[in-house]
Amino acid sequence: MVERQNSVCFRTLHLDQPWRLDSYRSIGGYGQWERILQERPDPADLIEQLKLSALRGRGGAGFPTGLKWSFMLRSAPGQRYIVCNSDEGEPGTCKDRDILRYNPHQLIEGMAIAGYCIGATVGYNYIRGEFFEPTERFEAAVQEAYAAGLLGKDIGGSGIDFDLYVHNGAGAYICGEETALLESIEGKKGQPRYKPPFPAQSGLYGRPTTINNTESLASVPVILEKGGQWFLDQGLPNNGGLKVFSVTGHVEKPRNLEVPLGTPFRELLAQCGGVKGGKKLKAVIPGGSSTPVVPGDQMMELNMDYDSLAKAGSMLGSGAVIVMAEGTDMVKVLANLAHFYAAESCGQCTPCREGTGWLSRVLHRILKGQGRREDLDLLDDAANRIMGRTICALGDAAAMPVRSFLKHYRHEFERYIAQGERCVS
Amino acid sequence: MSLKSTPQTLPTDPAVRENLFNPEIRAAIDRHIAKYPPEWKQSAVMPALTLVQEWNGGWLTIELMNEVAAYLEMPPIAVYEVASFYGMYDLKPTGRHKVCVCNSISCLLNGSEALIEHVKKRYQVAPGETTADGKFTFKEVECLGACRHAPVVLIDKTYGENLTPEALDRWIEELD
Repeated sequence: MVERQNSVCFRTLHLDQPWRLDSYRSIGGYGQWERILQERPDPADLIEQLKLSALRGRGGAGFPTGLKWSFMLRSAPGQRYIVCNSDEGEPGTCKDRDILRYNPHQLIEGMAIAGYCIGATVGYNYIRGEFFEPTERFEAAVQEAYAAGLLGKDIGGSGIDFDLYVHNGAGAYICGEETALLESIEGKKGQPRYKPPFPAQSGLYGRPTTINNTESLASVPVILEKGGQWFLDQGLPNNGGLKVFSVTGHVEKPRNLEVPLGTPFRELLAQCGGVKGGKKLKAVIPGGSSTPVVPGDQMMELNMDYDSLAKAGSMLGSGAVIVMAEGTDMVKVLANLAHFYAAESCGQCTPCREGTGWLSRVLHRILKGQGRREDLDLLDDAANRIMGRTICALGDAAAMPVRSFLKHYRHEFERYIAQGERCVS
Repeated sequence: MSLKSTPQTLPTDPAVRENLFNPEIRAAIDRHIAKYPPEWKQSAVMPALTLVQEWNGGWLTIELMNEVAAYLEMPPIAVYEVASFYGMYDLKPTGRHKVCVCNSISCLLNGSEALIEHVKKRYQVAPGETTADGKFTFKEVECLGACRHAPVVLIDKTYGENLTPEALDRWIEELD
């Protein structure tokens, strides 16, 4: 069993008070940022290392980080921004909270390096409002970094400026969508923008902006320290590096595990002590609540990387692995997921605003034993009318679980409908 | 530049503006304003609402929202939009504390239903309501992002992890 042979975002976890500057310094922290301040390397070379590393966005979309940075035109005049997305809220996902709490300096270093690479002198970390303790930790770390002369204007006489601020959310899942997040920093409702224009052309305050997930940015200092090839070699081609998986639900030891991409699910489950109570595995949602459910038997044969899960018809998403044991009521689970998306739809696009409500109401009707024979077709129809018809991905995220649950567990829904009230008691 | 990336502004008489709230709140809001470009005072609306809500004992009145609008020199409607959109702003009176039980999937799989039912029965309070003694407002909330500790409850600014109904009772007991 591989127990943290290598680690990237969690490499400070073994230290006493890992969130402090001297702890981070003790493992070579800020070494890459100081090298940049002294040597002023060509940003294109740094971005090449990131591309080589095959680091893909850890928030859920899996877009190659190096490629995203290369979209920013450094030669364009005017202000540019780097924004970190710490609006962690995809059900099942709890990794960024721990990065903020236990390794905030590595995220600061990652943001500063990102700022240098894309030509941004200002960064904002958007942290969800409920994360009081993580915000305190991160802000204290920012203060430490300023006091140590690692942030600010003309840092250490380098001529490089980088200022870093926190913007707290206030309870809205949709702000994890990058353009909704920008709207929120601009002091508005978090409603996603049309793309194009993409943030690299017109982002925060209409200026070129790059938005990356917390885990992606926190990976950057280690990639530069050890090299893009090293990071790539930890995982698989096109699936470079280590990834934090939040393994929750019906497991003996729910936890965050940072393991190489491509690790067999079987091994991940074993590291969490197996299914709770020694039960049989029924199903897994492998990448956060938006990703299609995979039956247990199939899941036991899969590896945890972007391409393997895509081939199996699901997604790696944010790396939130939700484990369900034998005996789990799939109707109740899907009704719960549908409620989430109905509650969190921003209300901007009609198919999502109305459709998520329909999905939730019909599923709760079935759950209460009041389902009708035509309800499964109705669910399928409503899901199809949402898919691909909305500005952002929340609509698809609501529709995809419905389609996958009906595909694999249709008989459970049919049983509820056939037995009516009797099924409920 | 599109309309969307233009701040909405509505100037306020400086004599009025410098007497809003109190010096501490004004200084705290000013520290937030300083994080953003000068023409984007509007960006401070969320932290300003958070500060003012806390100062007011947990909820926002129309008058307070109007004052936030005046202080940030933006139209009141733009402030109402924000205050009514985000779940952490309360527009009705709240109890002395806010007990927020996560109802999303990892918590559901680990006993959040029992917690929610327990709170409803033991404290005679439905989600969105405040207990008769004014001690707390009960909320069912969506994923709190601490799923490995499910079931999770947020009371005011503190996360409680792996909670049983008994442990939650003890915690609530300790609140003033």
